[in-house]
Amino acid sequence: MKTSSPMKWFVSREGLYYLGLAALLVVILPLILDPFRLNMVGKYLTYAFVAIGLVMCWGKAGILSLGQGVFFGLGGYCMAMFLKLEASTPEATAIQSTPGIPDFMDWNQLTELPWFWEPFHSFSFTLLAVIGVPVLLAFVIGLAMFTRRVGGVYFAIITQAIAAVLTILIIGQQGFTGGVNGITDLQTLKGWDIRTDEARNILYFVCVGMLFLVLFVARFVQNSKLGRILVAMNAQETRVRFSGYDVAAFKIFVFCLAAAFAGVGGAMFTLIVGFMSPSFIGIVGSIEMVIFCALGGRLSILGAVYGALLVNAAKSGFSESFPELWPFAMGALFIGVVLAFPNGMAGLYQTYVMPLEDKIFKRKKVEAVAAAEPEATKPVAKKTDDYDPMIDSYSPEKS
Amino acid sequence: MDTTDIAASGRSFSKGLGFRKSLMTLAASVMLATSAQAATPSTAEVNTTGLAVTDDTVTVGILHSITGTMAISEIGSVQAEKLAIDQINASGGVLGRQIDFVQEDGASDWPTFAEKSRKLLRQDNVAAIFGAWTSASRKAVLPVMEQYNGMLYYPTFYEGLEQSPNVVYTGQEATQQILASLNWAAETKGAKSFYLLGSDYIWPRTSNKIARKHIEDKLGLKVSGEEYYPLGHTQFNSVINKIKLKKPDVIFASVVGGSNVAFYKQMKAAGIDFTDEKPLLLTISVTEDEIRGIGGENVDGIYASMKYFQSLENANNKEFVAAFKEAYGDDMVIGDVTQAAYLGPWLWKAAVEKAGSFDIDKIREEFAGIEFKKAPEGYVRIHENHHLWSKTRIGQAQTDGQYKVVFETEELMEPDPFPEGYQ
Amino acid sequence: MFDGYTSSELMSIFAMQGFAGLSLFSVFVLMALGLTIIFGQMGVINMAHGEFMILGAYTTYLTSGFFQSYLPGLFGGYFFVAMILAFLVCAALGALVEWLMIRHLYHRPLDTLLATWGLSLIMQQAYRSIFGAREVGVELPEWMLGAFQVTDLVELPINGLFVMIIALSIAVGLYLLMYRSGYGKKVRAVVQNRPMAEAVGINSAGIDRATFALGCGIAGVAGAAFTMIGSTGPSSGQAYIVDTFLVVVFGGAQSLIGTIVSAFGISQAQSTMEFFLSGSMAKVLTLLFVIGILMLRPEGLMALKVRR
Repeated sequence: MKTSSPMKWFVSREGLYYLGLAALLVVILPLILDPFRLNMVGKYLTYAFVAIGLVMCWGKAGILSLGQGVFFGLGGYCMAMFLKLEASTPEATAIQSTPGIPDFMDWNQLTELPWFWEPFHSFSFTLLAVIGVPVLLAFVIGLAMFTRRVGGVYFAIITQAIAAVLTILIIGQQGFTGGVNGITDLQTLKGWDIRTDEARNILYFVCVGMLFLVLFVARFVQNSKLGRILVAMNAQETRVRFSGYDVAAFKIFVFCLAAAFAGVGGAMFTLIVGFMSPSFIGIVGSIEMVIFCALGGRLSILGAVYGALLVNAAKSGFSESFPELWPFAMGALFIGVVLAFPNGMAGLYQTYVMPLEDKIFKRKKVEAVAAAEPEATKPVAKKTDDYDPMIDSYSPEKS
Repeated sequence: MDTTDIAASGRSFSKGLGFRKSLMTLAASVMLATSAQAATPSTAEVNTTGLAVTDDTVTVGILHSITGTMAISEIGSVQAEKLAIDQINASGGVLGRQIDFVQEDGASDWPTFAEKSRKLLRQDNVAAIFGAWTSASRKAVLPVMEQYNGMLYYPTFYEGLEQSPNVVYTGQEATQQILASLNWAAETKGAKSFYLLGSDYIWPRTSNKIARKHIEDKLGLKVSGEEYYPLGHTQFNSVINKIKLKKPDVIFASVVGGSNVAFYKQMKAAGIDFTDEKPLLLTISVTEDEIRGIGGENVDGIYASMKYFQSLENANNKEFVAAFKEAYGDDMVIGDVTQAAYLGPWLWKAAVEKAGSFDIDKIREEFAGIEFKKAPEGYVRIHENHHLWSKTRIGQAQTDGQYKVVFETEELMEPDPFPEGYQ
Repeated sequence: MFDGYTSSELMSIFAMQGFAGLSLFSVFVLMALGLTIIFGQMGVINMAHGEFMILGAYTTYLTSGFFQSYLPGLFGGYFFVAMILAFLVCAALGALVEWLMIRHLYHRPLDTLLATWGLSLIMQQAYRSIFGAREVGVELPEWMLGAFQVTDLVELPINGLFVMIIALSIAVGLYLLMYRSGYGKKVRAVVQNRPMAEAVGINSAGIDRATFALGCGIAGVAGAAFTMIGSTGPSSGQAYIVDTFLVVVFGGAQSLIGTIVSAFGISQAQSTMEFFLSGSMAKVLTLLFVIGILMLRPEGLMALKVRR
């Protein structure tokens, strides 16, 4: 994309999409929702971080990870450890046999803080760890897998097994991790009570801000040469390799990027919800995150945000009115999206809404239309895997 | 009123009216337990904190998993709570108000529990929440209850180490369930060594910690092994071999969920006949509900330590069992937790009526000493630490899936969530 | 931990521990065979595999109820009928699923994973609506309970032996079907080169459907067998899914022999470690060990040699 000036970008079609999302999240939802519902939207948005990562790693580069919940969980646990230490002052925990350590450690006969908890007294270390720990794990996994050319289904299943291992470890080592209960009863962040409505509202806006930051990073990557190599790798891995690119390095990079996004999402989750639990790390949580991405459109980072919002809103809505039915609806959604709309909502939008837009925009935004039109008029039945409604494609005449 | 009347009237339960009428008479006797309210007090008087109370209704919340892996266990609690609410309504309601309930699904997912409890308190302004089952779901809900000053009635036997002003624990805490039964095993059965086995999470681990302290320090006996398996584990042959090698007198088991089924089936298949009591198996996790899944023939002869068994011989329990079966079908079984869940609405009603108000803060002051004489388990009273005084009973499983009560403590056991010397 | 035991006691314990490993092995084989066919031969990842097993278990449950009410005299033999029914029911549903869903997704293997995950959610909730959320108890005929007394200490569970026999017969049957029959030849032809197979007149769509149905049917038989050793509830199937996939992937997806070898390796590793360590740690170490080996040999133990 040629973004000669930021102003121009904002009035381009892509810029308008971002503005639309920003308007929805920053203006419309806070106006129409009460603080409780807004907090729930904030929670859904934390999943969107993972979904954006999955767009990069699965949609673009073709690496399906069924263990994204691991990174989400690690980010969340890092933040939760910091908050838990802050909540466990010697005064607040005076009734314990060892005051000053988190309550669950005391229940498990620990008498001093384990070494790996110590650094989490520091907020700056925690912020680093929120991104660093998931990225480190992703790097190790990626290095081991991709340099050995493990891919596709094998990679998916191995990540799933890793999720299983971590879940068993966290639940089993409850003295160090809080076990199946997770880390609960988090109260303040640097003395600021995160449980009040006001704080929750502020956290919501922080979350939206972080989300846009992540969106722009993702957009930058996908529009760079790197992004094109990822897509090329997905389509023709061998050719990319023969062209002299180190395929493994690119895969590791994008996997780490997705892990970093997920870690940020997890940390925001901990702040917004007020605790962290191992249930996300498991397989079910991880697969659900994939469906957010698939529903939104696996190739569209904005679609991923809408996907996460919609699936979760539907889930909450369904389970409030027809609790017995929501698994049916959820299952049908999975099957329907995969069978009928492999490119999710973004694909539908592109097929049906964009041509309408084109008519409206035709005279005004000649440049944008020129870029989008060849795609929009293409029949979807064709191999649709390699283009994205939200960006200019990497069509040959541009690269 | 005798049980046949209940049974006959209950047949029209779904239609409501006939059942209601006869329940009114039953209720009359129940009302004696609490101070009956003569006239309906005004809403402004009984509700100063904006709860969902109108002139003739009051709304409460029910929050259990009805989907996901925990649904197996939690369904019984939902049924019991709804039954209690129906009965209370039929007997005239609480402070002259009929109880409405909002049911939410925790979906076996702890963050969902937190979200739904917040919804119940913030949006529905419920006057009480009956719900949560696992410790993890309670821990998730707890901060929400404390923040918005709700009141949770929690039915499950659990590990203790908690005493929140916003929770009433209607199940037993660990010492109530464990200590008396270990004494019984040592005294009556002459047990010398114990093998502790559980699923890998906080309740079995804490229970076994208390059990180990008691066995080693108080009884001066031996723990010959302690072992945990991940939740959902289905292969127990290795641990069965270890047990055969160590030859403990007692296997103290706190395996939960689907693992239970696998464990008892494999024990049985490995040629261990529990009726021989070599070794004796004492469990704190298998209620009548679980036996339905395991199969009575596979648990024949095991002992369970609980406060309630469906087979308890007392008039309250006969009425309760009959009403439960009329409402949900003859093939229903009732376990310890189901009964504890049934206590929740009744205890809430008693506390509300004693306080003359739905306000959480006023109710809380009245909790200590509240009694429920019609409890199926016999008689319960709320301790000032929000737990219940209750008896410990030991039942031996029969092939028909019921327990035969072989032992019960003479006195009510005092709840002691922070037991000295067991930390 | 072995102080104070006589050597004969130790021998018996080791014998029984060996048997425990073998019965875990047969459980793994039963779980994995159906999946190997579907995944290995067709490249389809069936996340609903566990739910198909539970369907087999529920079929067994219903059959046992039927025999108890109407044919109490024949109750001792109901299990064999139940296994056949379980196979047929699951195979029929499998064929239906293949026709409605899977055949549209053959060129998108990762998508089969998502779609079948959706299917598994639906199946679980359907079980919950039909059979209730509680687990059901499947009653076994008297002769299947109890154990063979080999020596004073060594006792072999009859149902463990029975599971083992089922596992072995299915494995042998499958081998014969795949490598000694016309159908197997066609399946292998389709796996190796679909366009060429079609060109020589093999109905590849039909082969696909039959293979998927066969895999689901075997899952059903496995489910029937597991009623003897495990629980039957709406979500019991999920307990098996990770282990099953690991067995298949570890063995090398396209190899029946590989699956059996890997089931053997994983089960022996796990049951040995379970004996010396606590159950949770044994499980973690086994999984890590498998992941580790997979990193060294990403295509599994016995993979078809392909150029990459």
